[in-house]
Amino acid sequence: MTDRGSRIVLPAGVKPSGIWTPAQRFALLASRVWAWLFLALMVLFFVVTVPLVSGGAVHFLTIRNSQNILVAIIPVLLLGLGQTFVIIGAGIDLSVGWVMSLASVLSALALRWAFDGGVPLFPSVLVGLIAGVGGAAVVGFINGVIIAKLKVPAFIVTLGTSFIVRGVAYLMSENTTVIGLPPGIRAYGNDALLYFIRGEGGGFYFLKRPDVSGELLRRMDTILPYPVIVTACVVACAIFLLRKTQFGRHTYAIGGSMEAAVRTGIPVDRHIIKLYILSASTAGMAGFLSTLRFTAGSAVIGDPLLLSSIAAVIIGGVSLFGGAGTVIGTVIGALIIAVLTTGLVMLNVEAFFQFIVVGTVVIVAVLIDQSRDLIAGRHRRRAET
Amino acid sequence: MTEPLLSVRNITKRFGGLVAVNNVSCEINRGEVVGLLGDNGAGKSTLIKCISGVYHADEGEMFFEGKHAHFAHPMEARRHGVETIYQDLALANNLDVGANIFLGREVKKRHLGGMIKTLDDQQMLRESRRTLESLQIHFPTLTEPIENLSGGQRQAVAIARAVYWDAKLMIMDEPTNNLGVPEQQKVLELIRRLREHGVPVILITHTLPDAFAVTDRIIVMHRGRKVAEKATAETNTEELVQYMVGARDDTNKGVPSPQREISLPQ
Repeated sequence: MTDRGSRIVLPAGVKPSGIWTPAQRFALLASRVWAWLFLALMVLFFVVTVPLVSGGAVHFLTIRNSQNILVAIIPVLLLGLGQTFVIIGAGIDLSVGWVMSLASVLSALALRWAFDGGVPLFPSVLVGLIAGVGGAAVVGFINGVIIAKLKVPAFIVTLGTSFIVRGVAYLMSENTTVIGLPPGIRAYGNDALLYFIRGEGGGFYFLKRPDVSGELLRRMDTILPYPVIVTACVVACAIFLLRKTQFGRHTYAIGGSMEAAVRTGIPVDRHIIKLYILSASTAGMAGFLSTLRFTAGSAVIGDPLLLSSIAAVIIGGVSLFGGAGTVIGTVIGALIIAVLTTGLVMLNVEAFFQFIVVGTVVIVAVLIDQSRDLIAGRHRRRAET
Repeated sequence: MTEPLLSVRNITKRFGGLVAVNNVSCEINRGEVVGLLGDNGAGKSTLIKCISGVYHADEGEMFFEGKHAHFAHPMEARRHGVETIYQDLALANNLDVGANIFLGREVKKRHLGGMIKTLDDQQMLRESRRTLESLQIHFPTLTEPIENLSGGQRQAVAIARAVYWDAKLMIMDEPTNNLGVPEQQKVLELIRRLREHGVPVILITHTLPDAFAVTDRIIVMHRGRKVAEKATAETNTEELVQYMVGARDDTNKGVPSPQREISLPQ
């Protein structure tokens, strides 16, 4: 007696597994890897068109340009990482943009305060890090408690806190850019692991910015700036956390079925609070890195990035209904947005077109995800929150 | 004679003026399947929820494994080995079979002296496979999200989970609802296998053929009261239907219910 001895006719809507046609198999596979394909095709497109438009003077896939793209995606990616966890857990965090701003202001104020008080540079930077990420985490904790314990929808709670945080950030920065930071922190936010000067008189320089100017400086490429390395480490931790730990498993479970999570004894409330702390913390990290990068704290830096970060998460295949998505997907999503933006600028396309293109990609991404569900014949459960 | 695994004595549960469960007593022995029958609103589900800790009985008491039992919460009932499988199964459809069987109780590997703990998916997969095999459940793959499984297969995952975690008493609420006929047969087969494993099952159903197919004993409820308790071999459909609609009542012989003509569909 086997369970699959005979082809049985099941009622509509019941689809036994392992009975896909080759065409369905192909469609499923394509829908899973489309983001990678899309990214590759886009890069290819710009590699071909950018030299054509510029008459061969500018190329897309240069060391310098690739490093620019990597630096550009940092804030969007960091905001998106925490958001990935929250959305997989069937929530949403609309406060991350202003939380990043608050963290930028807080870390700048704390860093300046410590350094002016006689603390050496590196410990001062650590003080800034703790203040920025810690302050952000407090906001995340408040979000989480109101959502998990008081059962207010996440959309409303985080919308509310984003206004509150915005006010606090403006108040703390006295509605101006926080300046007067020690100039030494510029190196933390901008220096790189490796420098490369092409051609005559050049070479590789590890861990130390070569003291050059003029012609040599123009030929110098900055490879793997520290913030990129830090972000890469955060990405690695996020992948590990989501795929390999109980925390990640429970995040998927809560997003997939809140009911099942509760009934199997997962501490759901506590987990949700942790998700919002995590989300706010990665936003705090983004704020801290931006303070180092610009040697200044700014209350206006984060808000414009909120929607881009959610777009990156959605393009990367995270389901807004919860329960599905990956960290790598979000990285790809952020890369797609950055490549699009950079490439369009290099093609001398009017800057506002990038919004139109990114918006189109978001909608197409969701359509592709939905078609996967249609192929698989399943029906998305509507999430309550 | 061994003592019964579960002994329910004179349980009464009221909701306001409504007596949902009225002075019901019953016993469940190890390794038997007991059918709990009754029309909608007969009090089956309320009785079950009193046993599994969802509700608290207003009167009466319960003994589990010979000890006085009072489950304050469904989780406490589960800890004692009373597993209830509701129709929605409490599965996360986006996770695979192993992840579901171990949901909330994941097996972890320790690294760096316990500072970092990772999921031991290999171990969970192995254990899941062994449990499924012991119940003779075969899936084409265990590593796909279970949303691709059929209703009966998901039912099997829920049962396997209960078995793996040493359920001592399994309560199943209408497990064959919403399933195609071949799937229904498989679920019933699983119930028989549970009995072979020595796990008693309380099967709530109003599908009489199901009750006859797998139960050893049948308890019939009507309007909150237990109106009959019969060995399955010693009763028949006609008799049970009469109990279910209130035309017969063993516990209330002195006051006959109004007789009704019952016509059975053949």
